[in-house]
Amino acid sequence: MRVLWFLASLGFTACMVALWQLASATGMASQIFLPAPSRVWEALMAGFSSGDMPAKLGATTARVFAGWALASLLGVALGALIGVSSRARIYIAPSLEFLRPLPVSALVRIFIGLLGYSEQMVLVVIAFGAFWPCLLSTIYGFSAVEPRLYEVSSVLGLSRWSMIREIALPSALPDIVAGMRVGLTVSLILVVVAEILGSREGIGYNILLAQRSFKSADLFAGIILLGMIGYASAMAINWVESRLVRWR
Amino acid sequence: MSQPAPIRPPIRAAWQMRIDPRPFALPLVAIGLAELLALRFVPTDSFSLAAPHQIAVDFVRLLVDGTFLSRTLETLGAALAGLALGGLLGLALGVALGLSEVLDRVTSMTVEALRPVPPTALIPLSLLVFGFGLTMEIAIVAFTTIWPVLVLSRAAVRETEPRLMEVAKVMRMSFGRRLTRIVIPGAIPRIFVAFRLAAAIALIVAVTVEIVANPRGLGYGMMLSSQSLRPAASFAFLVWIAIVGWAFNQTLILLERRLFGDLSRAAR
Repeated sequence: MRVLWFLASLGFTACMVALWQLASATGMASQIFLPAPSRVWEALMAGFSSGDMPAKLGATTARVFAGWALASLLGVALGALIGVSSRARIYIAPSLEFLRPLPVSALVRIFIGLLGYSEQMVLVVIAFGAFWPCLLSTIYGFSAVEPRLYEVSSVLGLSRWSMIREIALPSALPDIVAGMRVGLTVSLILVVVAEILGSREGIGYNILLAQRSFKSADLFAGIILLGMIGYASAMAINWVESRLVRWR
Repeated sequence: MSQPAPIRPPIRAAWQMRIDPRPFALPLVAIGLAELLALRFVPTDSFSLAAPHQIAVDFVRLLVDGTFLSRTLETLGAALAGLALGGLLGLALGVALGLSEVLDRVTSMTVEALRPVPPTALIPLSLLVFGFGLTMEIAIVAFTTIWPVLVLSRAAVRETEPRLMEVAKVMRMSFGRRLTRIVIPGAIPRIFVAFRLAAAIALIVAVTVEIVANPRGLGYGMMLSSQSLRPAASFAFLVWIAIVGWAFNQTLILLERRLFGDLSRAAR
């Protein structure tokens, strides 16, 4: 039964792609804006067989994951410290809430000013962006821990570190993973911004170059590759999350 | 792109509110520290950094001469128009997919293939199709806001009390009546939450589009000041963008509590 649904779903997607091809072939949509899927496929294949697409894909993917990993690590560590202490929450959380709606893309120019058009700049932009959702949901996860658990742990004489590790962390884990998931989405969004504004070689910058030279097939190929990075990483997080839930 | 639930104190009536001074300590210390560091390390004619007092001067200037206001209206207009378009599309799709499991399963692969595409990757495409201006910004905001609204309204519709649907069946309600009398009213608080989250995203995306490409609105104002080597004005724009984003979110949260009270908290 699951196979049937999968096939139906695949069939629907295929129909959509066929419609796209048809719209393109009959001239309903301009080839300049909406290249036929066959042309996009050719552009993808050409990029992979002869071009430097693999290197660019590698560079972009590496940036996303390095920035995201750094952000997750710092976000969880700092979030745990703020989340377990009600005093820290009172002093720090409102400032964080105020900064949360700030688009991180607005900070790219500042990071460029500080770090130049460099690889570190891209990494810092991504890490900074992915840091917020992770930090805030970690704080939330730790502050939502059953208060009696904290009481029990102080009665048991646990140190703060072992209390975080043994009691609070497992209980906050679903929130942490949720924050890391949002962080990954943000990383992917920001890698494009940072590559474009920082003129760093990669899939995001490639899309801009394709647009400037009106190579719409290359442009779509780039969008598809970025979508695939997003899809694969979302799947990976889902998998980790389902393992964690089972473990709980 | 769901966001973690905000950390906030319980609701209080206006007369019970006292302003707690403690949250202001950290920002004040940070600003003071930035001022000291700027005095020590940043030359007054720096091209990339500025001291807080210089930023404050430019902030007041931009606020008084109306630059902030006109640019904010441009950005908010694009964000809200995109939200209206994307949100309604997402709502229609979400309700349809929530009601019909067949439809949901058949379209799942298409939805899952489109959803992870980062909206910023569409900026060059939208630029190619629509050129600079309002339309290209609206298109990207709309694409971004479809997904959270779709996912959350689909979940809301799915959780319609099954007994109510049975009653509707017994009463031989038509599909349209079932939709407008049972499904939508039950899902409204959660749909509002979806729109609130999408609105926050819409504003961020609108500013981002302006920063990357589109010569209008707050994002472009900030880029323009930065490119004309006026870092103080650029930072003033940044502070203003933060204030606008915060005020926008607070308004939506307030609106949600006004309209739905505890219902919306239970729905989260």
